[in-house]
Amino acid sequence: MDLFIEQTVSGLATGAIYACLALAVVMIYQAIDHFNFAQGEMAMFSTYIAWYLMDDAGLGLPFWVAFVACIVLSFIGGAAIERIVFAPISDAPVLSHIIVFIALFSMFNSLAGFLFDFTPKNFETPFGHTPFIDGVISSHRVGMIAVTLILLGLIYAFFRFTPIGLAMRAAAASPESARLVGVRVGFMLALGWGLAASVGAVAGMLIAPITFLTPDMMLGTLLYGFAGAVVGGLTSPLGAVIGGFMVGILENWMGTFVVGSQLKLTVALVLIIVVLLVKPAGLLGRVVVKRV
Amino acid sequence: MALLEIKGLKAYYGQIEALHGFDLELEEGEITAVLGANGAGKTTTLRAICGMVKAGGAITVEGENVVGMSTESIVAKHKIAHVPEGRGTFVRVSTEENLRLGAFTRRDREIEKDYERVYHYFPRLKERRSQQAGTLSGGEQQMLAVGRALMLRPKIMLLDEPSFGLAPIITEELFDILGQINKEEGVAMLVVEQNANLALAISKNAYLLETGNVAMMGPADQIMNDEQVRKSYLGY
Repeated sequence: MDLFIEQTVSGLATGAIYACLALAVVMIYQAIDHFNFAQGEMAMFSTYIAWYLMDDAGLGLPFWVAFVACIVLSFIGGAAIERIVFAPISDAPVLSHIIVFIALFSMFNSLAGFLFDFTPKNFETPFGHTPFIDGVISSHRVGMIAVTLILLGLIYAFFRFTPIGLAMRAAAASPESARLVGVRVGFMLALGWGLAASVGAVAGMLIAPITFLTPDMMLGTLLYGFAGAVVGGLTSPLGAVIGGFMVGILENWMGTFVVGSQLKLTVALVLIIVVLLVKPAGLLGRVVVKRV
Repeated sequence: MALLEIKGLKAYYGQIEALHGFDLELEEGEITAVLGANGAGKTTTLRAICGMVKAGGAITVEGENVVGMSTESIVAKHKIAHVPEGRGTFVRVSTEENLRLGAFTRRDREIEKDYERVYHYFPRLKERRSQQAGTLSGGEQQMLAVGRALMLRPKIMLLDEPSFGLAPIITEELFDILGQINKEEGVAMLVVEQNANLALAISKNAYLLETGNVAMMGPADQIMNDEQVRKSYLGY
């Protein structure tokens, strides 16, 4: 029973990370109808930037200063990627997008290794690794959950209550109508990419103290994030968040009680396939009908 | 000088020329109808005015040529509200958020007050204010589209087939309200309509388009009484 509670609670903590990545993926999916395969690598690269900002070998800034600076830099980077790379190919077929995603993926992966080398690095946590509740959850994992919930709350409030958030939703849902009320759709897309990159950066900075910082740290995590997004429904940001948490818990249950930790990642992939076969719209997504 | 002056308007879809260079004018505070069969270029004309198709010639609004300007700039700068064919409401957000989006380019402090103005013309929208726009009936969505256009405090409203898909009684109600808005708010309107009778009834002038050219133009009552127009477009 203790093991069950421990696994469930720590599943919530990693689930928080998957929720962030799932949200980032869905935000971009809603705007451009494609999965950003490079979302994880962008997050990984952001985490390296944070490491550089706070490590003594880099600038040696305090954690929270580096945290905020990393979010801002990731935002600018994400928006720049949209403007420079994706805006010019917005009308291109799916395959072109996929190739650009793969290119970005390997560019960020190699660039991180080239700039910061491939040896795993320790990533600081401001929460410490002491037990928060003995045998159940550590202080860092509590911090992960708390920071994620604050972030998700802020993003919800932004989209729900601010005119810019509303305009971003409008631009993603019906770009032509958005232009007709004077919304600069291109600008809103860039904002969306920036936000998604920032959310990914937070996910990276929260998971790095557990996984260590390496150029490949986000490979598995992104797959779980994808699984979360698919489970929740690709058209629903809230669904993606819930899906992320569910995948985190499920991963731990399956890994501990059913398939063993070797096959944990397979769980995510099986989940993606099963959901797509049985209920393609996911938990909260709506069925999309396309006019052809 | 007219509020909106179009000279030698051409429009292209790729290589194909859809409009062949005609003139059109809209005076301040007036309603002008644009009639014609399917494919005559009515929708294309409206889309050209707000920069949504590649256009040639000159489209002058308040003395400035807007050909080549982005849609967003034309909307923001010249207060042109386009109510597109099929309404173009944002179905996944609420009625009131749709109205808020209509005022997106405004920076003044009277936006809150203008919700009430819209609700004055369309009381039913007030009942539906927090409902998702996609759950509204066709008539309500059309009213929402006009209400959203009003939120811009437009100088010009471009209305593309406002009667599309609506029951006759709703259409008549809508055109009554459009006439009322024109009088009370002083908004000039360019109305594209299949239902020529209704459009001519509230218009001062009318243009008849045929395959990308103006076939006839004049005061609405004259057009309405023209034998050929009556036979071809009014059906009696």
